[in-house]
Amino acid sequence: MLRIRNLVSGYGKIKVLKNVSMHVDPGEIVTILGANGAGKTTLLSTIAGLVRANSGEAEFKSNNILKIKASAIPGLGCVMVPEGRQVFAAMTVEENLLLGGHAVQKQGRQVLKNLLEHQYELFPILRDRKNQLAGTLSGGEQQMLAMGRALMSKPSLVMMDEPSTGLAPLIVKEIFQIIVRLRDEGNTVLLVEQNAKAALGIADRGYVLETGKIIVQGPAEDLLANKDVQRAYLGREK
Amino acid sequence: MYWQEDKECMNRGELEQLQFERLQSTLNRVGTHVPFYRQKFSEMKLDYEGFNSLDDIRKLPFTLKQDLRDSYPYGLFAVPLREVVRLHSSSGTTGQATVVGYTKNDIRNWSDLVARILCAAGLTADDVIQIAFGYGLFTGGFGLHYGAERLGASVIPISAGNTKRQIQIMQDFKTTALVCTPSYALNIADVLFDMGINPAGLSLKFGLFGAEPWSEAMRQEINGKLGIQATDNYGLSEVMGPGVAGECRECNGLHINEDHFYVEILDPETLEPVEPGEVGELVITTLTKEAFPMIRYRTRDLTRFLPEPCPCGRTFKRMHRILGRTDDMLIIKGVNVFPTQIESVLFNIDGTEPHYRIIVERENHQDRATVMVEVKESLFSDQMSKQRELIDTIRKQLNSELGIGVAVKLVEEKTLERFEGKGQRVIDKREI
Repeated sequence: MLRIRNLVSGYGKIKVLKNVSMHVDPGEIVTILGANGAGKTTLLSTIAGLVRANSGEAEFKSNNILKIKASAIPGLGCVMVPEGRQVFAAMTVEENLLLGGHAVQKQGRQVLKNLLEHQYELFPILRDRKNQLAGTLSGGEQQMLAMGRALMSKPSLVMMDEPSTGLAPLIVKEIFQIIVRLRDEGNTVLLVEQNAKAALGIADRGYVLETGKIIVQGPAEDLLANKDVQRAYLGREK
Repeated sequence: MYWQEDKECMNRGELEQLQFERLQSTLNRVGTHVPFYRQKFSEMKLDYEGFNSLDDIRKLPFTLKQDLRDSYPYGLFAVPLREVVRLHSSSGTTGQATVVGYTKNDIRNWSDLVARILCAAGLTADDVIQIAFGYGLFTGGFGLHYGAERLGASVIPISAGNTKRQIQIMQDFKTTALVCTPSYALNIADVLFDMGINPAGLSLKFGLFGAEPWSEAMRQEINGKLGIQATDNYGLSEVMGPGVAGECRECNGLHINEDHFYVEILDPETLEPVEPGEVGELVITTLTKEAFPMIRYRTRDLTRFLPEPCPCGRTFKRMHRILGRTDDMLIIKGVNVFPTQIESVLFNIDGTEPHYRIIVERENHQDRATVMVEVKESLFSDQMSKQRELIDTIRKQLNSELGIGVAVKLVEEKTLERFEGKGQRVIDKREI
């Protein structure tokens, strides 16, 4: 579904990603692990077209996405849930969700209504709060809103940047359960996380970024058993 | 029947992407964690971070057996010893021993790769597998053992040797699959015959043989004598052990586990890739090994790719059974001769037994090769003319196969030493 080869990307003269290659197959949860500044968010932003690549290849469903405007990428089915949620605080929950659905608007009101209904099923708390201003939601609720908003476009790939940041452990657990449910419903998820243990607990495969390079990659169970990963990201020094 | 269908039947494009990703992370790790490679890369001013296709692998330096010896014991390890859960060592029959190590993940991958090969050969969790490879520092015993357990089969870790006991257990435990070297399989077959046991009365169905080169004729011989289907498998401790490649039930070449090993076949002289389908030296790069990654290891084994797709559905490339070793290759009177060529000729001649030796000597600066081969006892009680006739047939056929003349000597049954592990059939007495 997504195939990246030798991606070099960064900001101005600073190259954050150095020849990164990775792929995501349909129906997988793939996680990108790494410390602060390793290049995780840069990777997602480059895929989303927000940061321009210096060189390399990135194919999404056979489209060369490095040549496509950021605004056109969600239309191909690749959406990003940004770090820190970034919901529109001054709009209601439902208005936020409907904004996410603007790409499917032309498919008719019924389609939009069904999608909205589906998000409320996935996140019942959002139904309760649908007329509330998004700015008044808790952190966990805002994260759910950001996810629901992304899902309103019926994407084939959802990229999530640090969904667990700043959330209480119980809420994190809930968010991760929802990610698993998304996969079970046939969605594909690319998950960037600092919470390596939680991410590897639900992911099928993972990549470990270190200063812009992938140093380890493989099935999640292999990464959990890898001593480098344990030391650096699972907080286990043994 | 597949063990990991999603990998074994992978689309070639996806496989290449996976190989490339794994190569990159392997290079990133060895380039920082293994001083040997770090130094080599920097001496060559190698920009491995700039690689953008698998073909760039040709820019990488080779690793030789001697490099492993020079790094004895732990110089080439990419992880600290406390992450290593297993050590193996090569026999050291051809020089100083070498040491290899495995992390937990390496052991798990290794078990899966061996399970693939057992599965491809037709084995299932219902089989009773007698592992008559030596257990110990040699990778054969433990490699097959872990793979067989992973498969869920019942494993008999009998190890090599004590042939009569092997047969006793084979009968009592109802062994369905025998794992050992092909020469030991023949040895067992002979002892069975001597003990007057009909192999048809055993439960044996499969034989997985490896750790030494053997010929198609030898396979037929073993299949006939033990009433089994024998398959070939390949591996070497330097890159992992058994599990690198193995035959499926088509018995037509070995599928290479390409998602874990990148293989090249190169001309041993020029070190350039041979033409597709031509014979050359197998060179292997590990793609997932954590403790002991190898970059372009020169195996000294000679083979060729079999380009046609395999009817079994696996998409992994196949290689021909090992044709010989670059260091096994005898140069007799200036002609390259492989012991397996001689074996093929001998096994196709009636009246000979599948046991032989090749003796090479030098007299007055002239090479002289003598092939000693066992024949049935009855032949010696026959007239001399019968013996002479047989010698003549063998000599002529060897001459046409090898292109050189060799002397042939017939010896009585059971006069040549038998092997329990790897066979040593060539005795080179030349002092060059």
